[in-house]
Parts: sequence; structure tokens; C-alpha cells
Amino acid sequence: MTTAVETLRDEPLTIGGRTFQSRLMVGTGKYPDMETMTRAIEASGADVVTVAVRRVNLDRSKESSVLHYLDPKRIFLLANTAGCYTAEDAIRYARLAREAGFNDFVKLEVIGDEETLLPDVQGLLEAAKVLVKEGFKVLAYTNEDLVTALRLEDAGCAAVMPLASPIGSGLGLLNPFSVRTIKRRLRVPVIVDAGVGTASDACVTMEQGVDGILMNTAIAAAQDPVAMAHAMRLATIAGRAAFLAGRMPRREVAMPSSPTKGMLD
Amino acid sequence: MDVVINGEHKQISGGTLLDVLQELELDPRAVVVEHNRKIVRRPALNEVRVASGDAIEVVHFVGGG
Repeated sequence: MTTAVETLRDEPLTIGGRTFQSRLMVGTGKYPDMETMTRAIEASGADVVTVAVRRVNLDRSKESSVLHYLDPKRIFLLANTAGCYTAEDAIRYARLAREAGFNDFVKLEVIGDEETLLPDVQGLLEAAKVLVKEGFKVLAYTNEDLVTALRLEDAGCAAVMPLASPIGSGLGLLNPFSVRTIKRRLRVPVIVDAGVGTASDACVTMEQGVDGILMNTAIAAAQDPVAMAHAMRLATIAGRAAFLAGRMPRREVAMPSSPTKGMLD
Repeated sequence: MDVVINGEHKQISGGTLLDVLQELELDPRAVVVEHNRKIVRRPALNEVRVASGDAIEVVHFVGGG
């Protein structure tokens, strides 16, 4: 497909010394089945794919891990610490994930509240400092709060991931101003993570100038996940292209597009 | 001997962690093992012996966001 983005000069997305082709990253949770998941990942064009660390089910040990369906040579596995409520737990999960032997990147989540799944920023900073010291490339899932984002950058995080809205909510980008401010002030990449519901949300998010977007439920819980993955791919490209193009100024009054001169008497 | 694997009490024959994985029919290349809260790297799995009462965690990657 030809898009205007090819006429625009854009830098590739680089995080922690790794360069990625796509600005859209996708999760692997909540798919109706593994075949739909693999087809959706393909349709999304994402090269970064998140996974979670969990106990092997001993009663069904033949049940293969998600790796059975993903080719680590073609995609970049980004392990998360989802489900962790303390810095200690998140550090433990990150270490286990790294031991799997794929890379030293981790999507760090330290959750502070069960209902909203909003981050515990104190625990997050604590865990980020420890993991950075241990050589991890930390991508920190956080609130859309500038000061926390700055602290995470100071702690050495490779990327900061403010939320669009709560995980799995599909409410879209609730606070574009804050996300824009974070992007403007940080030097490390800003990847919006969580809350996107449909393609327009992805597009609006990318139009804020952020470096990328990560989503899971918006694709996995769509009626047709593969078709939605395709839509998200286009929306991410469109939003990025629109940001690079630079939107027209907003005005409170109309301005005719057609000449006002040359009208008939 | 009685050990706790992934939070469940299990009767196993003992030996090394590699023996335990084999007994559970788990591929050591596909999992990561924690022994009494300490990660054991794959090459060391056949060096670490389990004892009665040990806590073993065997994890892998699953779908997640």
C-alpha cells in the first residue's frame, strides 16, 4: 500500500540501542485462539510483541508456551511484569524473563490499584533503579504524569510508557495535553501504552508526536482481531504522518475554502 | 521426597533440578527455574540438587500485554 508517509522523512524508532521498523507494538493476551493471534500480529506489522511470565501448568505440561506460536527471530519479545504489585515482585519477574535468554528489555509494570490497574509510581521508580543497575533496558509503564516520567528518565529508563487510559478500558487518549508535555520534555522515547480502543484512538495518540504506541485488548477483543490489527497499523502510520506533516492551526471561526471574489451579482 | 513446585506439594524421586524437569516432562530449554527464590541458569540445572521441602518455580512466557 502506498501512503504519503513515504514522502516524509522519519527517523526509525530506536529504544535502548535497538531499532524497530514499526511504531506499533502489540500484546499477545486475551486472543480467542493462537491462530488468530499470529495472524493479528502479522496484520499489525509490529516487530515488538509483549509476553508475560507465568508458572507452567504442571497438569498440562504439554501445553506449549506462547513462544510456540511466535518466531523470536522475526519478532522482538518484550517481557512484561504485569500482575506485579510490588517493586520486589516486578524485579523478580524481570529477572526470570531475562533468564529466558532473548534480550534484556523489560516492560516494567508495578500496579498500585486492582480496580484501575493504575501504576504505583513509588514502586515503579524503585524497581526501575534496581533493574537499570542490573543492566536491563527498562520500558516503564506509568501515569501520564510529567514529573514521574522525568524521574523515570533520570533513573535510566530506555523508554517511558504513559497510559492513554486504564489497561483494557478502551477509553482512548484521555489526556492528550499531558502526553504531549511528556513527549516534549523527555529525551528518551515515549511510547503510549494501554487504553486505546479503536483506530481513531491510535491515530490521535500518534498525532501527539509520541514515538510509538503499544496495545493489546483493542486488537484481541475486537470482533475481528485480524481486521482491527490491520486498521491499527494504518492508524498508527496515519497519525505519525499527520504529526510529521504538521496540522493546520485551530480557529474558532470559519474561513471559506473557495474564493469570495468572482461571485455572481 | 516432598517438594513444592509452583505452589503445589509434589512427591518426586529427587536428584538434580534437571532430573526434576525430566520427571515432570518439561523441556529445560522452554522454561526458567527458580530454586528457593534463586534463579538457576540452564547450564547449572544438572548441578543443583534438590532437597526435601525445597521450593521450585518453573515459569515460561504466556500471552500478555
